Amino acid sequence: GLFVWRLRSTGVRQIPHRFVHLYHIANDRSITFQYFNFLKRMYVTQYNKDLSQRAKPKSDSIVSPFHELRQLDQEKKVVHKISPVSPVHQSWSETSSRNELREMKSAAETEDSVIPVGAGSKEDRQWKEMKLRLDDLPGILARLSKIKLTALVVSTASTGFAMAPVPFELTRFLVASLGTGLASCAANSINQFFEVPFDSNMNRTKNRPLVRGQISPLLAVCFAASCGVPGIALLTLGVNPLTGALGAFNIFLYTCCYTPLKRMSIANTWVGAVVGAIPPIMGWTAATGSLDAGALLLGGILYSWQFPHFNALSWGLREDYSRGGYCMMSVTHPGLCRRVALRHCLALIGLSTVAPVLDITTWTFPIISLPINLYISYLGFRFYRDADRSSSRKLFFCSLWHLPMLLLVMFTCKKSVLEKEDKGDLPGRSRERAMEIRLP
Amino acid sequence: PPAHSRSDWIGPPDKHSNLRPVIFYVPPEESALERRLREARQEAQASNQRFWARHNRAFRQEKEEFIYSRLKAKGLEMRDESGQKATLNAEEMADFYKDFLSKNLKKHLQYNRDWYKRNFRITFLMGQVALVRALRWLRRRKKNVEQ
Repeated sequence: GLFVWRLRSTGVRQIPHRFVHLYHIANDRSITFQYFNFLKRMYVTQYNKDLSQRAKPKSDSIVSPFHELRQLDQEKKVVHKISPVSPVHQSWSETSSRNELREMKSAAETEDSVIPVGAGSKEDRQWKEMKLRLDDLPGILARLSKIKLTALVVSTASTGFAMAPVPFELTRFLVASLGTGLASCAANSINQFFEVPFDSNMNRTKNRPLVRGQISPLLAVCFAASCGVPGIALLTLGVNPLTGALGAFNIFLYTCCYTPLKRMSIANTWVGAVVGAIPPIMGWTAATGSLDAGALLLGGILYSWQFPHFNALSWGLREDYSRGGYCMMSVTHPGLCRRVALRHCLALIGLSTVAPVLDITTWTFPIISLPINLYISYLGFRFYRDADRSSSRKLFFCSLWHLPMLLLVMFTCKKSVLEKEDKGDLPGRSRERAMEIRLP
Repeated sequence: PPAHSRSDWIGPPDKHSNLRPVIFYVPPEESALERRLREARQEAQASNQRFWARHNRAFRQEKEEFIYSRLKAKGLEMRDESGQKATLNAEEMADFYKDFLSKNLKKHLQYNRDWYKRNFRITFLMGQVALVRALRWLRRRKKNVEQ
């Protein structure tokens, strides 16, 4: 039969190349992949090793990896097991459904005599010249800046901007989005710069540009500076100083607090949640110029979302974290890990209810969002009670579509500015007037 | 790497440390600064290799021991009737992971400090080398223009 390996590689042009290799590999049976690692790579896309890395909030585009996973049902996959020095098992199995996927025991991992960080394709096993090729550069920089994650961060910031109760200004919106995007690129690049040996040792992150030597650390730092400085300048001068300050603070928090803290204490998760909560706040302040309750609420929603998302994901990566020296709740305080995830799922319900109280949305928002919030809380409860791989995976995948949907519903339920004026809502009207004065 | 190549070469990940070894090119007209950079990189590479190879080996070993002791406590053998290696499920392994992480925390803290220092130093040296090279190139260009 035909075995097709569908790689979700970052470079589309690499795919046909890989296919050829895979047919060779299929015949050689010398290099094998763990299906679980493949899956990890698939759903960890936005995560970053930092999945071990910190997740910055995601938005609409996150739906795509989830859909991709759905397609697994229809595809035949080759499952390889790493053939260690002392051959244990060399078997081919074909998985045609996600159910079989769940039956993949962690046995596959423990049977290897060499730490299975993934054999990589044949291409990977060659010696490569460390010379920078200009046509490779865009792809390399995209991976260095974690461009997909950056896109998600920008969309969260855009949501913050859109939810602000002021007339929508396109140029301001674009400038704020661009500035946020550049700041995010800078932060991600510095993060990768710091984490090279650790990234090499974890499956999720071993294909990063600095790990593979495709770019020098000096270039990575220069790139980060050339993104960060203009990004923050754009925010400070093109939007307002408050947004610029938040952006700079977020970069600092991510690179200088979260990244080192990951290897020192489990507090990193909370710091990382703040990092994820700041972009929508930035979007809001970009629009209104002030830090309102609405901004904090939006930030709070994203802050709470981080926990079920990250804790569920980290549950399956305990071995890599333990070996890599990362202090994560899932390894050191598993009970706390699950409690916190559940707690914040419930908090999401509470926060959604507060939204209309603060005049950000109408009362339809908590009503419409209740089903999805209840569902994620239910999965959070299952994770809390069962504490196994399947419940953690369910919770994680739910979080991927839960956030975009929640934000979308929030936006559609946004309280119209006109409505507030009609109701004779003084604070709203005075703010409107203040806005008019402030805007050039 | 081929003999005529004038750049560094990076290889596949090492089996034990998962780090990719680099073979550094030594140009005949290497300056003192460039030599310092190369030596710093070589030293960092060696140190990283040592640390991770040892660390990963310890992990593998302790994991085996843990599995063995747990299986023994349960009254099972390492391999069952069909010759397959017996394993523990994720929840049982969790105890081991937690234990291993806390045991090695101090080691990691020390390594982190070392690594950050080395990384900064190497990058700084790279910056210096790049600057010197750029100035040299500019000077040469000016000379060519004047001629």
